[in-house]
This record gives sequence, structure tokens and C-alpha cells, in this order.
Amino acid sequence: MIQSSTSKSSNRTGLLNNDASRAVILQAVVLLLALFGLWFLFANASENLNRLGMTFGFDFLQVTAGFNISWSLIPYDPSMSYWRVFFVGIVNTLVLSFCVIVVGTIIGTVVGILRLSDNPLVSQLARWYVEIVRNVPLLIQIIFWFTVVFSTLPAPRQSYHLGEWLFLNNRGLYVTTLQSAVSWGWVLLLVAALIIALYGLFRWSKSYYTLSGSRSTGFYIGLLFWALFACWALWFLVNAMTLSVPSLQGFNFSGGAFLPASFGAAFVAMTVYRSAAIAETVRAGMQSIDRGQHEAAFTIGFSRVQSLRLILIPQAIRAIIPPMTNSWLTSVKDSSLAVAIGFPELVSVFMQTSMNQTGRAIEIIFMVMGFYIFISLLISYLLNKYNDSVQYKVR
Amino acid sequence: MNKFTMALAATTTLLAANTYADDNVSTLSAVKDRGYVSCVIGNSFPGFYSLNKAGEWQGMDIDMCRGVASAVFGDASKVKFLPVQWAQSFTSIKSGKGDILSKGMTWTLSRDTQQGLDFLDTYFYDGQGFMVRKDLGVKSVKELKGATVCVLTGTSSELNIADYSRANNLDIRTVVFDDSSVRNTAFFNNNCDALTNDKSGLAAQRSAAPNPSDYVILPETISKEALSFAVKQNDSEWANVVKWTFAAMIAAEEFGVNSQNVEKMRADSQSPVIRRLLGVEGDLNNGLGLPQDWAYQVIKNVGNYGEVYERNVGPNSVLGLDREGTLNALWTHGGLMYAKSFR
Repeated sequence: MIQSSTSKSSNRTGLLNNDASRAVILQAVVLLLALFGLWFLFANASENLNRLGMTFGFDFLQVTAGFNISWSLIPYDPSMSYWRVFFVGIVNTLVLSFCVIVVGTIIGTVVGILRLSDNPLVSQLARWYVEIVRNVPLLIQIIFWFTVVFSTLPAPRQSYHLGEWLFLNNRGLYVTTLQSAVSWGWVLLLVAALIIALYGLFRWSKSYYTLSGSRSTGFYIGLLFWALFACWALWFLVNAMTLSVPSLQGFNFSGGAFLPASFGAAFVAMTVYRSAAIAETVRAGMQSIDRGQHEAAFTIGFSRVQSLRLILIPQAIRAIIPPMTNSWLTSVKDSSLAVAIGFPELVSVFMQTSMNQTGRAIEIIFMVMGFYIFISLLISYLLNKYNDSVQYKVR
Repeated sequence: MNKFTMALAATTTLLAANTYADDNVSTLSAVKDRGYVSCVIGNSFPGFYSLNKAGEWQGMDIDMCRGVASAVFGDASKVKFLPVQWAQSFTSIKSGKGDILSKGMTWTLSRDTQQGLDFLDTYFYDGQGFMVRKDLGVKSVKELKGATVCVLTGTSSELNIADYSRANNLDIRTVVFDDSSVRNTAFFNNNCDALTNDKSGLAAQRSAAPNPSDYVILPETISKEALSFAVKQNDSEWANVVKWTFAAMIAAEEFGVNSQNVEKMRADSQSPVIRRLLGVEGDLNNGLGLPQDWAYQVIKNVGNYGEVYERNVGPNSVLGLDREGTLNALWTHGGLMYAKSFR
């Protein structure tokens, strides 16, 4: 018997017989149960810890870590605290995942489109690439790239090199970098100011042109000033910049920037693996478009590239984004496998080394889980917003 | 009311999820009920724990666990080995999955006080060293300025090297692995200039190298590594069993009792200490909660400490480590192996 929620019926109608209130009550019950469950697990764990004479708390994060981390983008040395170790791990994890996501998405999109090629050789090659890569576990691929490819590069003294600018050996890649006497913030600000000034100038002159039909002399004067400003900026930057060239000193190169071999191996293996998964996503998305769209594009004389760019991909994107989101999330989580080859990402520096030194298993796992959950939610939020923007607009 | 049943089911599952064993039950009774000792080891550390060609575990740590099984059950085979990564060693003991941690674990203050463990006896005194390729021409650790060193995560080596590098201004870069086989591959492929580990471990890794004579172990020892047993904190009864099993192995060596002559000794020996040790007279087993002949079983099945040493790490073993004059010799030979009194 269906009751409308507005009907004020007899006293037989309890709260549970009313749809609206019943939904609220049920949800409250489920929420309470979930909270009880969490409390129960927490209490159980803390009781067991107490029995072992251990306390729950995050004080240990202020303690000096005392161990080395082989590669860090943010300054780190062993006298810093576990907090710092946590952030070093986060930054390393994010850098690796970000590179994998960007390159893997590009390669995956290309391979996915090639799979739909009319040329059987191309489409079969793409197909075999995808099938082989997807069916070998990622961990095995990571270890393969590290032990078979990157560690068999020559030792530092016999590095492959490009002049004196770039060295590749089994420790990693050493590249020449620019070092700036002024802080990078000012450099960026200067470059941004130049670009904005030029853009503003063109905007203004264009609006002037559309109104009056002629170029103003003001525009040329402005351009002259801009050129002078640009020359000064260039001169200033060239004077402020020095090259930092890697050079072999004793066991290792110093100077320049360094990417360890473990990063290379993890990056290549994860990118290849991810690109295969994304290729499948892209292929499925493309095949979801009605065949008539291809033909229509062909009929009005669009080239293959034009029809992809202007007609097919914009429509396929709707079907591609949700599984792509999942792929990106997985990339971040997969980066934890790089621990196997000694890349110092979050799991390696925090969940293994730090956990061993402090014995704070529960707190550390909480923090690591919290980080992964946060990143996952962030990525899906951003991609969902993008997804909403590309959907068909129904007004 | 389908949702209610689901919620109810969820609650009961949750309540059933309290898998922690009741901690008031001592480990000893739990082991007796279970019928075997659960011993936490690592993946492979030749001389201490490794699989032989027949697929059986062998090594010093393995023998120690077999000794405990012999003491409790009179049968050295009543033991199961749990190989875990370094990073999970402590957790496996805390959660009650393992009864003894015996994996070449260094006794340190923080592990003893912050990990929910009690360390018992040191069965092997070791120290951290470095191994390098001969062709580097390095003679001392002090020459490793700026070198890259491979190390295993979660080990005390990882911290010692950071301390040593800071103290001596060496700017050593460590590359951390969580699996010793990947670490060894990296070192033998020349991905690091040096490998650091306890010296006994280095000897083992060197013996497994494709060409052992290409590598040298540098003379310096940069740390104290006392490889010791550990059990769950605050369980004296179980700690006593492990402690005295080990003591029985040392005492047996002192008294000249070994696995060959133990049968004869039990029958003929007139020495009161030996008779007490082998359970012919006295009631030393009562306080331990073990059978009368527990020590006899340990020596018969596993041997005394000297035999265990010879078999696994001695001069004729894969590690080839001399014992005379080292800390691992008996106290009567200038070492630190000393059993407390059996009375």
C-alpha cells in the first residue's frame, strides 16, 4: 500500500510507515552503526596497544628522522623530522604520478586511435602492444625495466653523454640546469609581466582597429617600448643566470640536476602500463560514437585529422572521461610499487623506513591512507567538474 | 525491512571481527594448543635462514627455532617458519602471528622499548661493514666520499650509515631496497658503489656473487650489531622458554655435551650439573612449564651452540666465519657466550 507522504492519516501511521521519515531514520541508523564500527575498531586497537605498553599519538612526527633519502625534490637531510620525511615522500610520489599521468595519457590516446586505424598492420601492432602490456603485472614490469634496462647502463665513468651537458649512466640522468642569482619567483614575475604587457597591447589595438578601421600610432609606440623593456629583461636575466654543469668528481657527478635510475625505470614501466589501459578506454570511447558521424565528417571533406579533432574526439570525450578518471587514480596508487626498486616515494620512506624506526604502525598507515584518499578525491572532483562541462547541454 | 537485516548482519560481522587473541592466554599455552611454534624469519640470509636444495629451511636462526620446538614438544619439526619483509617483522610479533622473532635482528634501544617487543639473548655478535668492487681500489670506508650505497630498508644498517656519513662528512647517498635480492642485483650490476650490511651478511652475499674474488669487504666495522631473539612484550613465561633453550645450548658446549654424546651422557654422566641439565635429576623443568627432558631434546635434535655455529656459519660453511678469538666464542675462550647457572 502506497501512502503519500503528505497524508496525515490515522494514529496507525508510525514514523516508520512514512517514506520521508523512514529514509531519515534508516540513514541515521546506518550512520550510527558505521560510527560504532569505527569506534569499536579504534578502541580495540588502542586497548591492544595499551596492553603492549604503547600509546597512540602523533608526537613522533617532531622527532629527528636520522636516515638518508636518496632523492628528494625538496631540501632534506637526516637531521630533519619525520614530518619532513612525510612531505618528501608525498612530493616524490606526486612527481612520479604526475609524469606518468601526462605522458601515459598522451601515448594512450595515440595508441587508442591507432587501434582504430584502417591499416591492418598499424591496428594489429597497437592491439598487440595493448594486449601484452596489460596482461603482465605492473610490479614485474617495473623490476624488469630496472634490472634489465636501467641497471645495465654503463657505470658513471663510462656514461653516455651529450657533450658536457647531459650524462646518462646506471645511477640515473644528470642534466645541466640554469642557476639564477635572483630568486625564481622574480624571474617568473618578469616573464609573466612581459607576456601580459604584449597581450594587453594587442587586445587594445585590436579593439581600436575594429572600432576605427586603422592601426593607431600608439600601438607602434607601445610596441617599441615593449621591445626595449624586453631587451633589458633579457640582458638582466642572461647576467643573472649561470649554468650548473654536472661533472664527475670521485664516485659521482655533482652539479646540475639528477633523476635517479629508479625514477626512470618506474616512470617508463608505469607509463607503458598506464598507456595500454588508457588506449583501451580511448578505443571504447571512439567506438561508442555513431558510425554516421565518421561518414558525415568524411562527406563534407574533412581530413582524417580534422574529423578526429573537430567531430569525433569532442563526442568521444564524454564516454572517455569516467574510466579515464579511474585510470589516473590508479596511477597515483600504482606509484607505491616503485618501492621495489628503491625509488623513495611515500610508501618507501614513510610506511617502511619510518614505520620501522618508530613502530607507529597505526598512525603512519592512517596518514598514508589519508593522503591517498585525499589525492583520489581531488582528482575525481576535478575530472568530474570537467566531465560536467563536456556533457551535452540539455536546456 | 530488508535494510534492517543488512544492518544487523553488518553489526554482528563487526563484533566477530575482533580477531585479537585473548592476551591473558600466555604464548606458551597457545603454542601447546596449536601444536607448533611459529617462528618469524626473513626471505633469505644464507647462514641464518635460507632454503636448501631440498626446499627446507636451514641456518642459525632456523636451528634456534627448532631448538625451542624441541624444548616444548620434544620434536624439532613442530615449527612453522614465517618469512616476512623487514618492515613487517615487528607487526607480525605484536599481532600474535609469530611467537619468536629470529631473523638476524639487531637489538637496539628503540626496538626494545617502542615496538612492543622484549629482546632476550644475543646469539651472534656482528658489526656493520661495507663491500666494494676490487677494481675501485678503495681501501677504507673513509674513501667512499660521495659514493652511492645500497642498503635494505628497515634495518639498523640504514640508520647507521646515515649517522656515520654525517659524523665523518662523507656525503654518502643511500639507495634503499625492501627486498634483498633486488638490492644484490643492483649492487652486482654496479648500480651502487658499495653494499652495506652486517659483516656476516656481506660474507654471504659475496659467496653468492657471480665472481666472489672481484669483491672485497672493507676492514672497518662501523657499528655494534647484536643479533638477538625477540618475543612479545610482557610475557615472561614464554621469554623464559626461549632464553633457557638458548642457555642450554651454550651450557652443553661448556660441559662438552653434544648431539653425538648426549645419549651416553644422560645414561652415564656422574656430573651433577650435566645430570641436572639433561633432566636426570632435579626439577629445573617445572618452573619453565616444560617436560623433564627438554634440554636433552634440544641438544639431541639441534646440537649445542658450537655445533650450530659450525654447521651454519663456521669455516666450512657458506659464510666461512672463524669463531676463535671473536665475540662469538665461549667465555672460556675469550668470547661473550656465557650461560647462566643451571640450578
